[in-house]
Amino acid sequence: MVDLIWMLLEGIWETLYMTVASTFFAYVLGLPAGVALVVCAKNGVRPCAPVFRVLDVVVNLTRSVPFLILAVAIIPFTRLVVGTSIGSPAMVVPLTVAAAPFVARLVESSLLEVDAGVVEAAQSMGAGHFQIVWKVLLPEALPSLLNGATIAVTTILSYSAMAGFVGGGGLGALAYNYGYYRYETDIMIITVILLIVIVQALQGCGNRVTARSDRRRR
Amino acid sequence: MGQETMIRIRDLGKTFHTKDGDVAALHGISLDIQKGDIFGIIGMSGAGKSTLVRCMNLLERPTEGEVVFDGVDLSALTDRQLRETRRSIGMIFQQFNLLMQRTAEENVRFPLEIAKTDRKQAAARAKELLELVGLGDRLGAYPAQLSGGQKQRVAIARALASNPKVILCDEATSALDPITTNSILALLKEINRTLGVTIVIITHEMDVIEKICNRVAILDGGAVVETGRVEDIFFQPQTEAARRLVYPEGRGETPFSASAQRCYRIVFDGNSSFEPVIAGMVLDCKAPVNILFADTRDIDGKAFGQIVVQMPEDGEACARMLRYLRARELTVEEVPQDG
Repeated sequence: MVDLIWMLLEGIWETLYMTVASTFFAYVLGLPAGVALVVCAKNGVRPCAPVFRVLDVVVNLTRSVPFLILAVAIIPFTRLVVGTSIGSPAMVVPLTVAAAPFVARLVESSLLEVDAGVVEAAQSMGAGHFQIVWKVLLPEALPSLLNGATIAVTTILSYSAMAGFVGGGGLGALAYNYGYYRYETDIMIITVILLIVIVQALQGCGNRVTARSDRRRR
Repeated sequence: MGQETMIRIRDLGKTFHTKDGDVAALHGISLDIQKGDIFGIIGMSGAGKSTLVRCMNLLERPTEGEVVFDGVDLSALTDRQLRETRRSIGMIFQQFNLLMQRTAEENVRFPLEIAKTDRKQAAARAKELLELVGLGDRLGAYPAQLSGGQKQRVAIARALASNPKVILCDEATSALDPITTNSILALLKEINRTLGVTIVIITHEMDVIEKICNRVAILDGGAVVETGRVEDIFFQPQTEAARRLVYPEGRGETPFSASAQRCYRIVFDGNSSFEPVIAGMVLDCKAPVNILFADTRDIDGKAFGQIVVQMPEDGEACARMLRYLRARELTVEEVPQDG
């Protein structure tokens, strides 16, 4: 019994570890990419067709590869970065690669929601491109960005559950190893319930933080 | 106020390249806006007003001609110089365009942050400006907590933050109700008077021009068809476009047609609006008249417009009345009967 609890705790830790680390790195890559997609777009602050087109294609390509296939396909790259292709730290690499383009799209759509008139007003006051991104687009889109981050983190969590198939750890691996290979349905059910609870908790936190950051309501 | 030119526009043209070919939004525009003017630019929707005002701070780059702001040719500036020059040109908008995630005070501080003004100084300036526009007690309010008129006041304070020489108003009152519109116009007039800021107003409403502008340009089909002092354009619109704007219901172009005899049109072109002409005439001639049509406006204490009256049957009384009116230098003409 104690063993089981330890196993589950370890699973929770590994799941959270993979999710949080991957979300962080996905934003390190995806946030600038999303900003660039908006700034360089045809009606953007500083239109630049080549940058936009390259980013757009890269994002679409990466997003069309199913996660499991991507995770296997980039094993050599994962080895290069982490030194191994199995275990939770190794899973952060494919998770990041899979999530970054998704994050870029989320960021792009959040920034596009910012009223063009507000950007124009900032330009009329003599704001430069960097100031417009830093002082107008990002702060004005903050509630939407936080909402996007909630979606990103829960999506990455569900990806991480798939990581069990390709050598990763976490609750997904437990559910899969015990439930699928050893017919220990009770453990599978427990891990699924734990996953549900974690997703609910993340979503709840995200919603609360989003609402609190939103000044558009009275 | 001297006759120094603040904004000089010469042969300005703007062509948009679209999928369906080139669209000439503006062509051959020349305007001089003097320091201290409240200059109105009026036109119907699609006349090119918004494009023209955006050419004044190069938010739109003209495809031809030049825009000289306070002696500086804007199109010759580098990006950096242009950004700095724009700080001398405030702008307010129909939809206010406030930063929704910032308080009123932070909004007013925004242009100062962009100009990298010292924080403390910026905060003091923001407070002072919000007091000036009558929102000294709403510093911490977010735009969503303010009414339309209050939002526009914040926008005006924000436009004033960097001590501009000019404020461009793009349909600044079109989203507001008539009473709020009046209060915003009064505020703009006061700013013009006390701070000497030149104001350019884009509008489709003649009322706005009538209330605060001293000079006006009429824009039609992407060109300036008429420009001059507001009272001149009001009294004698030379072009079809101007007449449409001055008399939106077409009163100017289809003169009153009389259905009775002895109808006379009395034209007011800047006589004192304080003098009760018709009442005076009736008392003086001791005969009643029948007012059939009246459309006059009061601009700066002067009356403009026309009144059509039916004169009494008594020929002598009628003649006396005509003499009375002509003695007051009013134009009187008989309106021929219909049919």
